[in-house]
Amino acid sequence: MKLTLKIWRQNNTQTKGELKTYQVDNITDDMSFLEMIDVLNEGLVQKNEGPVAFDHDCREGICGMCSMVINGKPHGPSDAVTTCQLHMREFKDGDTIFIEPFRANAFPVLKDLVVDRGAFDRIQQAGGFVSVNTSGNTIDANAIPVPKENADMAFDAATCIGCGACVAACKNSSAMLFVSAKVSQFALLPQGAPERKERVLKMVEQMDKEGFGACTNTGACAAECPKEISLENIARLNREYLSASFSSK
Amino acid sequence: MSLTGLFLTSFLVVHLIGNLQLLKADSGFSFNAYAVFMTTNPLIKTVSWGLYAIIILHAVKGLALAVENKKTRNVKYAVDAGNSNSHWTSRNMGILGTIILAFIVVHMSDFWFSYKFGETPWKKYTIEFANPEQINVEEISGVTKSVNIVSETHQVLIAKDLYLKVKETFSNVIFVIFYVLSMFAIMFHLWHGFASAFQSLGINHPKYNPLIRSLGIVMAVIVPLAFAIIPVYMFLN
Ligand code: HEM
Ligand code: SF4
Ligand code: FES
Repeated sequence: MKLTLKIWRQNNTQTKGELKTYQVDNITDDMSFLEMIDVLNEGLVQKNEGPVAFDHDCREGICGMCSMVINGKPHGPSDAVTTCQLHMREFKDGDTIFIEPFRANAFPVLKDLVVDRGAFDRIQQAGGFVSVNTSGNTIDANAIPVPKENADMAFDAATCIGCGACVAACKNSSAMLFVSAKVSQFALLPQGAPERKERVLKMVEQMDKEGFGACTNTGACAAECPKEISLENIARLNREYLSASFSSK
Repeated sequence: MSLTGLFLTSFLVVHLIGNLQLLKADSGFSFNAYAVFMTTNPLIKTVSWGLYAIIILHAVKGLALAVENKKTRNVKYAVDAGNSNSHWTSRNMGILGTIILAFIVVHMSDFWFSYKFGETPWKKYTIEFANPEQINVEEISGVTKSVNIVSETHQVLIAKDLYLKVKETFSNVIFVIFYVLSMFAIMFHLWHGFASAFQSLGINHPKYNPLIRSLGIVMAVIVPLAFAIIPVYMFLN
C-alpha cells in the first residue's frame, strides 16, 4: 500500500519542531509499524536526507521503548499492543497517518519521535524496589505464603513496561497509572511490606517533582495502556498514599 | 476535591427535597414554611455558612487544578483522539464547574439575596386542622420577623413570600431556559464527578462499584432532572 505520513521532525530539545509530509510505497499488510518507518528511513538515507529518529529495542512488546502517538493515539489504533506489535493491516492504501512524539513537559523531545523518559527512572529510583540482598542466599519462592488472588493482581501490575503511553494519553500528563502499577506490585505482596509507606510517599513526591499533572480520573491512560493496567491500581495508590500520609512519622 | 464534591452532592439532595415543596398547590405555604425553617434554625444556619465556604473551596481548588494540569503539556498534539479513550465530561470538568459557578451566583442573587436583604412581601397563612385543605392567605405589611404558631386547632404562619418571588422569576422564559441548561451542566459535572470522587478516595472494588454506578445515575440524572422540572412546571402553570 501507499501512504502519506505526517511526521514530527525536531532536531533537539532546544529547537522547535514541525510536522513534515512524506510518501511511502510498497508497504505490506504483515509489516509492523516500525518496519514501515524502516522502509521510509531507507528511502530517506538513499536521498541523503536524515532518517526519522525513533526509539525501539525488543520489537516484541516488552521493552516499552517504541513510544509514539499515531493519529492521536499512543501506540496507535489497536488495543493492548505497543507500536512495534502494530501491524500495517490496520491501515488502508492511501491513508494519511499523523506520527507525533509522546507529548508532556516531563518527557522532553530529544529528537524527532524520541523522548527522554528519565523521569520514570527517577520515580523508580525513589522507591520502586525492595531492599533485599538477592545474591547468594536466594530464598525458596514458596517460603512466604502469598494468596493466589494477590499474586495474580501483583503480577498484572508488574506487567507495566514503563512505556509512558499513559502519560501521553492523559490530558493532564499524569503518571498515576505507571506509579500505581509500580506501587501495587509491591503493596500486594508480603515482600513489599517493610518499605510500604515510605515507598508510596517517596514515589509520589518524585512524580510531582517531575512535573506530571494531577489525576482527574478520565481513564484515558487505562484505555491506551498496551498492558491493560487497570484503574483499580490508581484507587489502590490513592489508598496507599492516604493511609501512609496519615500514619507515617 | 472528592470530599467537597460529595458534600455538595449530598447538599443537592436536601435542597431538592425542599424545593419540591414548590410543586404543591398550597399558595406557597409549605415552601415558605420551609424557607423560614432553613433561615432561622441555628444548626441549619451554621451548615449553610459551611456550605458557602465549601462551594468556594471546591471552585477555587477545582479551577487551580484545571489550570495547573493545562500547564503540563506546552506543545499540543496535532491530532486529538480524546473521544476514543475518555468521556468528554471528564475532560471538561473545569468548564462545567464554571458554568455551575455562574449559575450559583445568579441563583443566589435571585433568591437568597432578595430574601435576606431585598423587598419581599409578607404573607399570613391560617390553617384550621379540622379542614387542612383550606388554607387562608392574606397579604400583610409592617412585619419584620416570621412567626409560626401551632395550637391544637390552628396553625398560623407569617412569613416572607419567597414562593411569589420564585413564581415571578419562573414566569420569565429566559430564566426558565437558563435554569434548565444549568441543570444539564450539573448533570454532566456529576456524570463524571460522582464516581470520580470515590476513585480519588481509593474506593474501587467489584463489590461496591455497581452500587456507586447506580447511585451515580440517580445523582447525575434523576436529581438534576427533578430540579429542572420545577421551573418548567411553574412556567406552565
Ligand atoms: C452543585 C455544585 C457542585 C457539585 C455537586 C460538584 C461535585 C463535584 C464532584 C463530586 C467532583 C469529583 C471530585 C473528584 O473527582 O475527586 C467534582 C470535581 C470538580 N469540580 Fe465540582 N461540583 C460542583 C460545583 C463546582 C463548581 C462551582 C466548580 C468550579 C467553578 C467546580 C469545579 C470542579 C472541578 C474543576 C472538578 C475537577 C476534578 C476533575 O477534573 O475530575 N465544581 N465536583
Ligand atoms: S501503565 Fe501502561 S501505559 Fe503506563 S507505562 Fe505502564 S505499560 Fe505503559
Ligand atoms: S520496541 Fe520494545 S516494546 Fe516496542
